[in-house]
Amino acid sequence: MIAVENIRRVYTPGGTPVVALNDVSLNIGTGEFVAVMGPSGSGKSTFMHIIGCLDRPTSGAYRLDGEDVSGFSKDKLAEVRGKKIGFVFQGFNLIPRTTAVENVELPMLYNGFEAKERRRRALEALITVGLEEKADRRPNELSGGQQQRVAIARAIVNDALIMLADEPTGNLDTKTSQEIMELFVRLNREAGKTIIVVTHEPDIASYAKRTVRFRDGNITKDERKW
Amino acid sequence: MVNLPAIVKISLRALLVNRMRSALTMLGMIIGVAAVITMMAVGTGAGDRIAAQMASMGSNLLMVFSGAATTGGSRMGAGTMPTLTMRDTEAIRKECPAVEDAAPIVNGTLQVVYGNQNWSTIVIGTTPNMLEIREWPVSEGRPFQWEDVRSATKVCLLGQTLVDNLFLGADPLGQTVRIKNVPFTVIGILKKKGQNPTGQDQDDTIYVPITTGQKRLFGAQLFDMVRIIFVKAKSFDDLDSAETQITELLRQRHHIGPRQDDDFNVRNLTQIMQSAQSAVNTVTTLLSAIASVSLLVGGIGIMNIMLVSVTERTKEIGVRMAVGAKSVDIRFQFLIEALLLSLIGGALGIVLGIAGAQVFASVVGAPVIITLSSILLAFGFSAAVGVFFGYYPAYKASQLDPIEALRYE
Ligand SMILES: Nc1ncnc2c1ncn2[C@@H]1O[C@H](COP(=O)(O)OP(=O)(O)O)[C@@H](O)[C@H]1O
Ligand SMILES: [Mg+2]
Repeated sequence: MIAVENIRRVYTPGGTPVVALNDVSLNIGTGEFVAVMGPSGSGKSTFMHIIGCLDRPTSGAYRLDGEDVSGFSKDKLAEVRGKKIGFVFQGFNLIPRTTAVENVELPMLYNGFEAKERRRRALEALITVGLEEKADRRPNELSGGQQQRVAIARAIVNDALIMLADEPTGNLDTKTSQEIMELFVRLNREAGKTIIVVTHEPDIASYAKRTVRFRDGNITKDERKW
Repeated sequence: MVNLPAIVKISLRALLVNRMRSALTMLGMIIGVAAVITMMAVGTGAGDRIAAQMASMGSNLLMVFSGAATTGGSRMGAGTMPTLTMRDTEAIRKECPAVEDAAPIVNGTLQVVYGNQNWSTIVIGTTPNMLEIREWPVSEGRPFQWEDVRSATKVCLLGQTLVDNLFLGADPLGQTVRIKNVPFTVIGILKKKGQNPTGQDQDDTIYVPITTGQKRLFGAQLFDMVRIIFVKAKSFDDLDSAETQITELLRQRHHIGPRQDDDFNVRNLTQIMQSAQSAVNTVTTLLSAIASVSLLVGGIGIMNIMLVSVTERTKEIGVRMAVGAKSVDIRFQFLIEALLLSLIGGALGIVLGIAGAQVFASVVGAPVIITLSSILLAFGFSAAVGVFFGYYPAYKASQLDPIEALRYE
């Protein structure tokens, strides 16, 4: 599903190069549930951006679903994101003043779905995350946990194969964090989603079947629970 | 493919969220478009009025006035001795090749009495061909004939204003009106003509055979003398040569030496009208150009607000990109938002402009004409402003880096 080979990402903001990813190779198969851990600045987010097709590696190869996407144009990457990837962010990133169901519809807006079909699938996704009753609420009328559920619904609505969550529980309390992680587990188990979650917390990582550790832009550990 | 209906909905919502800001931004467009529409309506109205008056005067007309040229002002009814004669008229008719026809006029302002009503009007003595030269048929009854001129019969043709004011609805045909106590039989009514280019009511008049006028109404001094000769040139292109031929002919007939001034003056009505019309066109164009500067200002306002909007919604743009929006989707979203601002502003401006033109018409009393083409032009201009000034902010939005945009707070 995801195959990265010797990828390197160097930022050169003010001239001095910053190596965010040094030399990373990793394979993630369909249906895996991976936790990505590591200290701050170790390159976790950069890694997620690259496998999420938001960014391109400076060098190295990335094959997604059998397709080498490392040389894709911005628009081609956008298309890949829209079809194959669902993002969940720490800050939820819902569009303000827009109802939950409309937020969930968002990815389908750029994928040529009919309005009716968009609405049907969005409501279905909201049912999956248990928020069908809040379909017409706006983000500011929802709790943090509910907002994150809407974001998860948005990430699954396209039948995306891969869900990428960068510290999805970073803004949530422990109980809500557990609920969100249970939702991920359920999506992984029942819907067969490939899920990659970045987290600091071992508790959160323990929901995953596999843990990958980053340090200074390299993978230092890769262990499977069972 | 860009999902246009969905994007329009998004843009409309964004505009509604910032109602006040959107309204103020549109105001620039509204004022600009309204100003252009009003200017064009007033200008077209004025031009059209001149054209109508031109037509009402008769086409390819020259007027030869008795007496030396004065700058501006009409010589009609001036107290000077006429210098033109009936024989001058005949000479112009017969000897100037560029002239199709000519008719003399004697005139004066006199009281016309019918029963116990009286009305002060311009009495015109002329010959029957005058009605053809001025393209002014009678609407009822019959015109007078050359025979009436030869025998100086006491018949008259009434202008519509006179009919309205003297007869108060009664049928004037066959009735007798008195001018200077001379009884005239009404044999015809002149078709309603409206104002002339100087704003005079052309229907406030009464036509009598020129000989009757000379003998009975305007005194012995006017015998054979005429104040004005109306000349119709063979065609528009003949106007200039007709003017030259008439001037030469009259100088010769009046024995005017090479260094002496003319004792008559020729005016080319068609040319006067046309220069008036082109002056109106120039002013209209100028005012519309000035008005369209405010469209430009409106456009800059739109650009300004769109840049603010793009910055404010950087995060939203990042989210849209993350879920699969291509740069064209983002560009369209903001372009359509700008276009909606300018088009809604433009539409409201058109409404306001039409209203403004109507107010102008009723306050100033001048006719205004709102043409479909001016509305389409204004609308097209609004669209162009929206696209032109919306493009840069939209382009800027579409070029954002999704990661940077997502990180924006
Ligand atoms: N846009 C950027 N420009 C410059 N340096 C960056 C940029 N993004 C990340 N970095 C640097 O790359 C390194 C890895 O960052 P990141 O992937 O965000 O780490 P993590 O998510 O593990 O905290 C850090 O040293 C960070 O400062
Ligand atoms: Mg990070």
